[in-house]
Formats: sequence, structure tokens, C-alpha cells
Amino acid sequence: MTVVPQIAVNVFKESVRDKILYNLVVFAVLLIAVSYLLGQLTAGQDIKIIKDLGLAAIATFGLLIAVFIGIGLVWKEVERKSIYSLLAKPIRRSEFVLGKYCGLALTLFVNVSVMTLAFYLVLAYMGWRELPTVRAAWPAPATDPEMLKAVVLIFVELLLVTGIALFFSTFSSPFLSASLTLGLWVIGHFNSDLRQFETVVNSPVAAWLARGLYYALPNFAAFDVKSQVVYGQPVAAQYVVLTVLYGATYLGLVLAAAVTIFSRRDFK
Amino acid sequence: MDAIRTDGLTKHYTVGFWRPRPYVALDALSLTVGQGEVFGFLGPNGAGKTTTLKLLMQLIFPTAGRAEILGRPVGDVAIRRRVAYLPENPYFYDYLTAEELLEYFAGLFGFDAHERRQRAARLLDEVGIGAERRLQLRKFSKGMLQRVGIAQALVNDPDVVFLDEPMSGLDPLGRRDIRQLILRLRDRGCTVFFSSHVLSDAEALCSRVAILARGRLVASGLLSDLLAFQVRGWELVVHNVTAAAVEAATRRGDVVQAIQLGADRYSLELPLTTAPESLLAALARDGAQLVSLNPIRDTLEDYFVRQVAAAPERQVRTAS
Repeated sequence: MTVVPQIAVNVFKESVRDKILYNLVVFAVLLIAVSYLLGQLTAGQDIKIIKDLGLAAIATFGLLIAVFIGIGLVWKEVERKSIYSLLAKPIRRSEFVLGKYCGLALTLFVNVSVMTLAFYLVLAYMGWRELPTVRAAWPAPATDPEMLKAVVLIFVELLLVTGIALFFSTFSSPFLSASLTLGLWVIGHFNSDLRQFETVVNSPVAAWLARGLYYALPNFAAFDVKSQVVYGQPVAAQYVVLTVLYGATYLGLVLAAAVTIFSRRDFK
Repeated sequence: MDAIRTDGLTKHYTVGFWRPRPYVALDALSLTVGQGEVFGFLGPNGAGKTTTLKLLMQLIFPTAGRAEILGRPVGDVAIRRRVAYLPENPYFYDYLTAEELLEYFAGLFGFDAHERRQRAARLLDEVGIGAERRLQLRKFSKGMLQRVGIAQALVNDPDVVFLDEPMSGLDPLGRRDIRQLILRLRDRGCTVFFSSHVLSDAEALCSRVAILARGRLVASGLLSDLLAFQVRGWELVVHNVTAAAVEAATRRGDVVQAIQLGADRYSLELPLTTAPESLLAALARDGAQLVSLNPIRDTLEDYFVRQVAAAPERQVRTAS
């Protein structure tokens, strides 16, 4: 397992030198900054607009990085055949998959941190320039540390999306991997509807199928607490811990499946 | 203990989408390569050379048969500490420099930072990559990537080196450098297994060769044994001979080809059916004098063409 960090560092090095990544991060930071201007257009809702847009920008650009770099991680190595030289070294295929995953997780961590820092800087500026009477009317302080809970859950969600993208990329083309990952992400945000579905159908088979899908598909909606933190509603620490554990368990299963498939693959 | 051993190594692929059927890429390959040998693995394009190398590197898995390197199964990750591999037309990470790539690969063998830097510098010197080592690899030409590929393969001071078409993409100077490198590896006691369809390289470097055609091994052995008895005629050079005498011999079928070297000096190519001493005696009666008599032997290329042409068609079985 000592080679996993080395592969991860190499992925990180490659990613940070890729212009696509820079563009995405710069665009996200710009969007967070622009949210300040948008906030000026609304009366009394400016801080909520900035928080809403800022968290949405972190989630959306994080998703784009996770999917579009995640699907290319393994595919590019196989397509360009750089994997031939690498797998001839004393490394296991499982170490290769885990190293690739950890590298992208590290890249995501740095990017989410940069975006969060930009987000808090805009909020701090907002809090500094407003009058104390206006600040008192806000449901939560400008730089409310509770928002970090939303950021942590966004990050865990992105880690899971990356794992799913990596899983699909071990056996399919980038286009198919991206479609399947994004499709699963969308379905995962409506997962709770499947739970409701079994209460409105008469067929026991359909109800059983809906329940099965509810448990099998990732529940991405569980990671979304953006509205609560924006409106200053408390998010229990226990909820955050349980959701992180759920994400970690799901991620473990997805990575195990990716390793199993990748370990049996022929590189023609 | 052999450096490399394969027993009935076979690889089938499935081809066709609507009517899938197995395609035999490699058919029951059995061969051994001794330690310290430079072994040429020859064959035309599509013969199964790269398939064999990929099987030995576990990049693909065999349908049947087994393979060992230094007495250990090829699936044993530990054996790769003693093995090196240069793939055909190697490609690496666009945004890494040559130096970074070598240090990264050296790190996978567990060398510390100082050792990694030293090895990278030494190997890049050895393959002739100078100041370019600090450029990102996406700016490298095909020939330079090939040199970096060879350097990365040797980063662990291997005992067995697999090179897939090592001369591919290299200019004449590069080819000479790589030939010298292979000879240096041999002198160090390293086993070199290289695939090629450039026969002059094999002839210059190898002690033993195997010829693969259509997925099957069609010949293998010491180069000297394969070519030693393949005499296909004689070259007779005579002096003081008349054009009329040469024409008469040609008409009788004793001479296949006559080349005039000087006013009364000829080089005559005799078929195997002509006894050179009888023809020489006949020509000597008209005053001809012997200059030289040499057997005309096959080159590796002649031998190769004959073996490949005689190889049976590849099996493409219909799924039943």
C-alpha cells in the first residue's frame, strides 16, 4: 500500500497542471465574487443570495471536476497506454485504482478549500461593510461556521461521485461514464421519492422493486443541507456524522467493485 | 533456472459483435530463455509478439497455459522488482517532465528521494536526454519518448528486460545507441527479450531467436544453428575466363547468374545442384584460375520470410 500515496501525488500533480482544472476553479471563484453583486440587486435578501449562490457554486463546480476529471483518470491511462509501463512496476491493480482515487480526492479537497475560502472572504466583506442593525436582522451571522457542515457534506458527496465516476470508467468509455455518473447523481437527488413510491402502488413487486432501488442507489439528497444553513436552521452534528458514515460505506462498496472489475480487465 | 519460461501459453479474443467468435492471438506458445541471453522475438506485424509480452507483464490474462519469470509465476507482483518493460510506442504523462517521470517510477520501487534523483539523472544521461529532461513530456518527439521509455524501464536495475520494438521511432544514431545499450545490459548479465520485425537488429544482437507467425511459434533456436546449414548455392570468383565459357556454363544451367568484375574476371552464382569443383575443372581446362569459392548462406531475412510464408493460417473458430 506504500505506492498508493505516490500514485495519488502524481495524479494531483497532473491535475493541477491541467488548464481545465484552473479554468473551473477560477470560474467558480469568480461566480462566488459575482454573487456579491447579485446580492445588491435584492432588498434585504442579499446575504442569503450570496450564501445560496456560493454553496451552489462549490457543489456544482466540484461536481464538474469530480465527473470530468474522475472519468478520465483511468480511461486516459488505458487509452494512451501509459498504464502499460505503470502496471509493469511492482504495484497491484487495486493499488493503482486506490491511488488514482486518492489523487483526485486530494485535488478535490484543495479545490473545495479554495472555493470555500473565497466564499468566506466574500461573506466576511459583506459582514464588515453592513450596519450592525442590518446584521442583527440576518437569520445567521455572515461567516456562520455552521455553513462548514454543508461544505463538509458537499465534499463527501463529491468524493462519492468521484468513486462512482471511477467505477464506471474502469469498464466504459468517457461519454458513457459521464452519462451514467450524472444520471445516477440526478436519480440520487430524488431517491427519497422512491421511498414514497411504494406507498402509492398496489403491486407488491413494484413496491419491493422501489424499496430495493431506494437502498441500492446512492441517496445524494441526504448530503444537501444548503437550505438549512442558509436560513440559519441548525444541522445536528449527529446527522452530519451519520451521513458521512453512509457516504464512506457506499464509497467503500463502489471502490471495491471498481477494483474487482479493474483487476480482471485485459488491456488489449 | 530459466529467465523466462512459457508452457502452452494461449490467448483467445472474442471478435464480432453479432456473431462473436474466438480469435486466436497466441496459440500454445512454449519457449524458454536462459539467464544472460539476448533473445530476439521475431515476427511480422500481428504475429502475436505484443500479445506475448502483455501476457508476460500480466496486462492481459491467458486463456490457457502458464508463464514464469525467474522461476516465479508472472502474476507474482514481487517478481516485477527484478523485471523491466518497454511497451511499443510508449506514452507517458503529458504534464510531467522526464526527470519527474523517472523519479516517480523509481519511487514505486521504494527508493528514497536521493536515490530516485540519482537514478533518474544517470539513466537520462545514459539514453542521451540532456537539458530536455526538464521539459514536460508532451513536448517530446516520438524518438525522445522512446529514449525516456527505455530509461524508465531500467530504473530498478532489472535482471530481465522486455523490450517491445525498442528501435521503433529512432533515427540511425538512436538505433546505434540502443543497440549498444542492449549489449551493455548483456555484459552486465541481464537477460534481454526483445520483439522486433527489424531483422538486422536481431542478427546483430541476439544469441537465440524465436519466430512467431499467425500466433504460432514456427522456429526457434540459436541463430548460428538456424542459419548454418541453410546453404543455397555457391559464389565462385574466377580469373582469366572467357565470356564464351561463362555463356556455355549458363546455358547448361551450371550457373544461375554471372557478373563481370573485370576484363576477364567473373563472379558466378552456382545453384546447389552444380558441383563447384566440376565446373571449376571445366573452366580450368580453358585456362581459368580460381580466385575464391564461398557458400551462399541464407540471411535471417531469407529464413524469416520462408518460415512466415510456410506458417499455417490463424485459427478463427466459429462459436459453437
